[in-house]
Amino acid sequence: MFRFILIRLAQSIFVMFVVSLIAFSLFRFVGDPVAQMVGQETSIQDQERLRERLGLNDPVPVQFVRFLRDLGTGNFGFSYRTRQPIGEMFLDRMPATLELSFVSLLISLAFGIPAGIYTALKRGRFSSSAMLILTLIGVSVPTFVIGIFLIYIFGVQLTVLPTFGRGETIAIGWWKTNFLTVEGLRALVLPALTLGIYQLALTMRLVRSEMLEVLRTDYIKFAVARGLNYRSIYFHHALKNSMMPVITIVGLQLGGIIAFSIVTESVFQWPGMGLLFLESIQFVDIPVMSSYLVIIAFLFVIINLIVDLLYFVIDPRIGSATDSQI
Amino acid sequence: MWRKIIDGTVENEFLYYFFRSTSALVSSSLCLIILLSALFAPLISASNPYDLTTFDLLDSLTPPFWEEKGSSRFLLGTDDQGRDLLSSILYGTRLSLAIGVTSIVFAVVIGVSLGLMAGYFGGRFDAVVMRIADVQLSLPAILTALLIDGIARGLLPASEHDRLMFFVLVVAIGLSLWVNFARTARASTFVERNKEYVQAAEIMGLPKWRILLTHILPNIMSPLLVIMTIDLAIAILLEATLSFLGVGVPANQPSLGTLIRIGTEYIFSGEWWIVIFPSLMLIILIISVNMVGDFLRDVLNPKLK
Repeated sequence: MFRFILIRLAQSIFVMFVVSLIAFSLFRFVGDPVAQMVGQETSIQDQERLRERLGLNDPVPVQFVRFLRDLGTGNFGFSYRTRQPIGEMFLDRMPATLELSFVSLLISLAFGIPAGIYTALKRGRFSSSAMLILTLIGVSVPTFVIGIFLIYIFGVQLTVLPTFGRGETIAIGWWKTNFLTVEGLRALVLPALTLGIYQLALTMRLVRSEMLEVLRTDYIKFAVARGLNYRSIYFHHALKNSMMPVITIVGLQLGGIIAFSIVTESVFQWPGMGLLFLESIQFVDIPVMSSYLVIIAFLFVIINLIVDLLYFVIDPRIGSATDSQI
Repeated sequence: MWRKIIDGTVENEFLYYFFRSTSALVSSSLCLIILLSALFAPLISASNPYDLTTFDLLDSLTPPFWEEKGSSRFLLGTDDQGRDLLSSILYGTRLSLAIGVTSIVFAVVIGVSLGLMAGYFGGRFDAVVMRIADVQLSLPAILTALLIDGIARGLLPASEHDRLMFFVLVVAIGLSLWVNFARTARASTFVERNKEYVQAAEIMGLPKWRILLTHILPNIMSPLLVIMTIDLAIAILLEATLSFLGVGVPANQPSLGTLIRIGTEYIFSGEWWIVIFPSLMLIILIISVNMVGDFLRDVLNPKLK
């Protein structure tokens, strides 16, 4: 078990190391940082002085170590475009993305899990076949198309919900929240639905197949043979065991939600980290791009690590299996 | 009736399942129709949306023909430039499919060759490839594609940018999808490597590349084929997303994603057709490719069901 944790930790650190290496090479080798920072009229001498001050003449490994140390202390440098410190820019945008992701995750789990269980138990019924077809559409329709359709229906035809921006926010310290005003909550509805529908369909399909898998096992057949009533079989025996993978699902979902928030934020002009990243690509703002890469990779690695460890805590068979394999 | 005919005549197992499955028949004919209309877009479309001389600003924002102000010249209406929307959609599908297929080919070439070698040789090469795959998997495909696109923007001069965008997209999408192919090819090669026919080929002294390409590769094709179809849908989706986000193909040669992005600007002023029709086309395309993929998976790989 100890070994399993150690191996996973080493893998995570390796991934983070490679990602920071990529981020560093992006910053250092795609375009000249000095040329990006100064204007046309800056003299060669001034440029050289800046180069020296930034440490760009040092050996590359030394620069990389300095880059890592800066990352560790949360110093991400300055944006080429806005000249602001990148750490502050992301901190400012983070609440918007996190609140949006949280609500979408809630939507996808609150509806996806019950629907998945229902379609597994009521196999072959018209209602569950209809739901399955809906999920096929849900996983096939691109996020941005869902967003546009929702905007068209609720924003243009019915004009009941706002279609861009965060609406009214209330600041608690530096954290600006949408949850405390009616306008803020209304602004959340369409983006959160857009982001949540794909995940909802995915959750439903995963829960369904997991539940079907468990229903096929011997101990369920045995419970049926013992003459237990179906309610107790389904909800005590089957459900408990098919809920295990839900942790993995939540982990996968969080990753997907954070990634696809880029698209949703663009459709609804939601001022989050994804929109900032997108703007930085359009303006070739390399420091912001590479910082986003590092931040997202860090979130992913942490989520995956927690999921793996939780999985192991719940089902010790996994740990012993990997131990004997390695 | 139909089923009885099939039961009596079709000998081949694959074709048997194919003709018996309604969803496979429907989705593959849809795919075929879309593919053919994309291939022959220059022949069947009413006008060439890339040629500025063929359209007139006076025709701009014409609604589809069944609406009051519609015209039979433009079946699905026109956009803000007076371009025939149906023609734009046909050309756009052509571009979307071209980018999707090319990037899958690119991903297959990289992924399968790395996977074959990793599975066959094992050892340090295998370890390195799989660690790279781990890093790649820790980032979602859309992020990888966006990043590569951004890097290309930084490296290429702006004048060359539009011209090379096709290849930038192919590389960006291909590099974000190769891992699936590499992992599958590696796992299957791992199994095949110890089989007798491979040993026989080794004893005969055939060169390694021939063993890999002509002996092992044909035997691991069926799982790869399934992933190819499913990933084609993902590739089309990625291309559409990138173009929609404004970092894909330029607006003078619009793909489906670009058309949708242009259309969103008119959604509030009531010109709904500019955004709805390209979106529907994209949805139909992705759903039918996905359904073909589901069918292939069920038939070729019953274990995954």
